[in-house]
Amino acid sequence: MFDFKVVTSWIDDLLRVQAGIPEFWTLAIEFVLVGVAILAAYAVLALVLIYVERKVCAFFQCRIGPNRVGKWGWLQTVADMIKILLKEIIHINKSDKFLFLVAPFFVIMGSILAFAAIPFGKGLHAIDFNIGIFYLLAVSSLGIIGILLAGWSSNNKYTLIGAMRSGAQLVSYELSAALALLTVVALSGSMQLSVIVEKQATVWNVFHGFAAIPACIAFVIYLIAGHAETNRGPFDLPEAESELTAGYHTEYSGITFGFYYLAEYMNMFIVAAIATTVFLGGWMPLHIPGWEAFNHVMDYIPSVVWFFGKAAMCVFFALWVRWTFPRLRIDQLLKFEWKILMPISLVNLLLMAFCIILF
Amino acid sequence: MKNLVNYIKAILLGIWNLLLGMKITMINFFRPKITEQYPENRGTQVMFERFRGELTMPHNANNEHKCTACGICQMNCPNGTITVISKQETDEATGKTKKVLDKYEYDLGSCIFCDLCVRSCPQDAIEWSQAFEHSVFTRSKLVEQLNHEGSKLAVKEKVTETK
Repeated sequence: MFDFKVVTSWIDDLLRVQAGIPEFWTLAIEFVLVGVAILAAYAVLALVLIYVERKVCAFFQCRIGPNRVGKWGWLQTVADMIKILLKEIIHINKSDKFLFLVAPFFVIMGSILAFAAIPFGKGLHAIDFNIGIFYLLAVSSLGIIGILLAGWSSNNKYTLIGAMRSGAQLVSYELSAALALLTVVALSGSMQLSVIVEKQATVWNVFHGFAAIPACIAFVIYLIAGHAETNRGPFDLPEAESELTAGYHTEYSGITFGFYYLAEYMNMFIVAAIATTVFLGGWMPLHIPGWEAFNHVMDYIPSVVWFFGKAAMCVFFALWVRWTFPRLRIDQLLKFEWKILMPISLVNLLLMAFCIILF
Repeated sequence: MKNLVNYIKAILLGIWNLLLGMKITMINFFRPKITEQYPENRGTQVMFERFRGELTMPHNANNEHKCTACGICQMNCPNGTITVISKQETDEATGKTKKVLDKYEYDLGSCIFCDLCVRSCPQDAIEWSQAFEHSVFTRSKLVEQLNHEGSKLAVKEKVTETK
């Protein structure tokens, strides 16, 4: 399997040895390169996701979806992006101007920071913390600050209601998401994402013998909780169109709205990517113990394809759920979290502990 | 204990119902899409049979129509869309004068497609076509003459009496 370390160490070698650039400047150039690569990948993935969402949504509703700009409408999101970049940012009177402009950056920074720490393939991993899971949970909940600020600073009752709902929802669902991830941390014995992926080299966590039962339950719980954290239907109360116009981003326009839009779609991808990394073996190919020939064939498929294939499956699942279920009421939403998901994740963590001790 | 059993039962039932819903949306996902993609399918587009696109007067191969210029359609038309202009013509064989159609004018711009003219026509001389691409640059182009130039009344075949 191709290791992307070859490419990264070649660039490092080129800068350090061939060009003879001092240590500090080598690092500076590499940081910029990694940053540009991550930002570019972020924007491109978001455009692809928005296109996929619109197309999949259309197919679920027996429509065709965008089909005018480019073949199958694949340039539609590019056109949308150009439009959103050209639009005016409207400043509203009697709003908190500074917080109003800062809020979208909190939201998008939270999701870019989480995006940067995901292992995309073998050796394609920008930064590998020993507290990877902890870091992901921390930065992915940074977005809530942006949402609350946006709701408050817009000076509009709809945005405030949306932001408050969002606060209640994100803080609640963060718990079961974290507990679901903890189940796998207990199984792998590490919070480092690369270690978690390496441990799944022989078998993915969701097929891991007896531990597969709690791992599968945790996987489903993480998908539900993660879905709720991305503010997407059936948990889209913070931006319920029919009740709150657009919730916390009602007053935003132009690229500031674009940031919310991108962040929403990328959060969906990040949830799928974390679920892939933690439960579905990350970029590891599908290996079945004992089937040597099969495992060998699977090794020929590049690791990036494995990662994005699994992530795409999770994203499709999220879209499928979004376009199937009606929106929950706020009391149903909180009841679902505190009376059903939370107890199940706690019992599940206990079950996982038993599985680890006994087997 | 009973509460716990009910709790678990409720969760399982809920999951079952959610899965049912997802099954239905998945069936819809793979259902063939019937959306008409209009400008692309101009060649193959077929309007439905009862569609009222535009009033026409069918002519046969000899450039003959069935309109006797009785004017019933004009009288039934609620907003003066149809104007039947007739003329007197002398039959050379018998020497009798006879009213025949000169011009059948139809203003597509004011037609409300109510179908009263077609229903009331005793001769079935007019009918709807399924053309729907009506846009023109001036309103005067919407006024059409339905009978062709030099056309005349088709001679009715004698009904052979059979008993």
